[in-house]
Amino acid sequence: MLPFIFRRLLLIVPLVFGITLISFTVIHLAPGGPVEVETEMSLKTSAQARENLKKLYGLDKPLHEQYIDWLMRFARLDFGKSFVDGKRVIDKIGERVPITIIINMLSLIVTFCLAVPIGVLSATRQFSLFDRLTTVFVFVGFSAPPFWIALLCMYLFGLILGWLPISGIQSLDVSGMWWLQRLADWAKHLILPLLIGSLGALAGLSRYSRSSMLEVIRQDYIRTARAKGLKESRVITLHAMKNTLMPVITILGLAVPGFIGGSVIMETIFAIPGMGQLFFQSAMSRDYPTIMGILVIGAVLTLIGNFMADISYALADPRIRVGKEQS
Amino acid sequence: MIAIIWRRFSKNSLSVAGLAIICIIAALAIAAPIVSPYDPFAIDVYNVISAPSAAHLLGTDELGRDILSRMIWGSRVSLSVGFVAVGIATMIGIVVGAAAGYYGKAVDATLMRFVDIMLCFPTLFLILAVIAIIGPSIWVIMVVIGVTGWMDVSRLVRAEILSLKERDFVSAARAIGAGDVRIISRHILPNALSPVFVSATLGVAGAILTESGLSFLGLGVQPPDASWGNILSSGKDYITVGAWWLSFFPGMAILVTVLSYNLVGEGLRDALDPRLWRSEK
Repeated sequence: MLPFIFRRLLLIVPLVFGITLISFTVIHLAPGGPVEVETEMSLKTSAQARENLKKLYGLDKPLHEQYIDWLMRFARLDFGKSFVDGKRVIDKIGERVPITIIINMLSLIVTFCLAVPIGVLSATRQFSLFDRLTTVFVFVGFSAPPFWIALLCMYLFGLILGWLPISGIQSLDVSGMWWLQRLADWAKHLILPLLIGSLGALAGLSRYSRSSMLEVIRQDYIRTARAKGLKESRVITLHAMKNTLMPVITILGLAVPGFIGGSVIMETIFAIPGMGQLFFQSAMSRDYPTIMGILVIGAVLTLIGNFMADISYALADPRIRVGKEQS
Repeated sequence: MIAIIWRRFSKNSLSVAGLAIICIIAALAIAAPIVSPYDPFAIDVYNVISAPSAAHLLGTDELGRDILSRMIWGSRVSLSVGFVAVGIATMIGIVVGAAAGYYGKAVDATLMRFVDIMLCFPTLFLILAVIAIIGPSIWVIMVVIGVTGWMDVSRLVRAEILSLKERDFVSAARAIGAGDVRIISRHILPNALSPVFVSATLGVAGAILTESGLSFLGLGVQPPDASWGNILSSGKDYITVGAWWLSFFPGMAILVTVLSYNLVGEGLRDALDPRLWRSEK
């Protein structure tokens, strides 16, 4: 197992390098360079900020030197200072990242715990009413704009029924609460963003687990298990489940960038003070250093997510860790 | 060939329904000046936020503009963003995938590593970063959605080409002296396009969703131009006063359109997959 992890870690190095290279390219996409854009299009940028920017990016140097300088600062997690309030970008991101990671982890868990049973049940009862209903759900879940569903749910549960709060992550009077109350308060605030944020992935993953299970239960070893007289429930949960789950784990890993990207919309709608909301605010105010910082950190988080998916895949499937690395 | 595909496709009644809806919406978009009951920009201060009625089938917005007319004109924007973005993504994907699959070795390794890197970025982050830098306009949005969405196509094309390039007909083409570009474009690609069609159809659905999300955030198509996303977005503030129609109908339009493309994509996937043909009598 250890050699596998090590090999996989080595692969990450060029990827991180590439991520920084692309982020650097994005900065220089601006016609006339980042400083011009900042000063021409944003009224907030003063002459002082312009000088700061020039110094920050070292725009008087040749491109490759600029990149190396930028990379060295990146290695020290120094993304410069925000244009908006002058705070260090890494501090701004640092106080926002935990909430986004927690919400995305919870979303992944919710997605996994709902999608696999839904997919497996509709596969084992193929063409039943349940199967048809979930197929409809899957297509609608794929196709519905999440922000629209969020608006409708806020309207229904927040305004008409008054069951759930519609913004933020905690109530104003949270400090006076007992910890269990506080937890319930959190849960009430997070349930809509979590469920709606997971909708697309939930639809995709349940569809995927369905077809994965359908493939597995046509295998010979499942027929063998049935032939030797095992109960159907035992055949499914013990024999078929493991091989069904393995491709599902990979797909879940691939869903990570979608979740992180989707947090921009969910956090903006539900006023959750996470990295996605910060990214949206920075994009609106053209807060250059913060945008670049979040872009790099978002990509690195995805990389970590994929890495963990690979590790759990290898834990589940010995062929991967013993055999040769797939390209 | 087309007849066979249509016969298989038409067996899936949901996909046929999706295709019909796509055609209707496209027809409405093309005929927008004729079919839209009002001028989409005409402001009517005596009719602000009026509920759906006989005069305004889907109601009016905060400036008294007719929502139905704005949605019909907005469909032009939403659909063209979908098509152009997917066109760009498909072109890049085919070129990268074909080069990687055909030339192999270092070219393949470099290009596929690049794909891996691009896939690390949450797409919405990359799109928002570029838009924040260049500024939102419909052209920027089309290009950015396209340039951040080609990776899956390139992987599909690469996989197809890897399995095709060792076939005899390719060796035959090489034997009569055809060049690389000709072999790829005339002999290999036509045989590798089925999955690309499917992914392009699903891609249009995805691009329409992305555009509506960007417009919803205020970083997409800019008012007064209408797109489904920004009609929905400008209506969201009036939901609290009970004016649900401002954001309900554009959302439905997005949902129905995206759903139709997804259904057609699924139908095409089944219809184009020769493995499924054989299993059928």
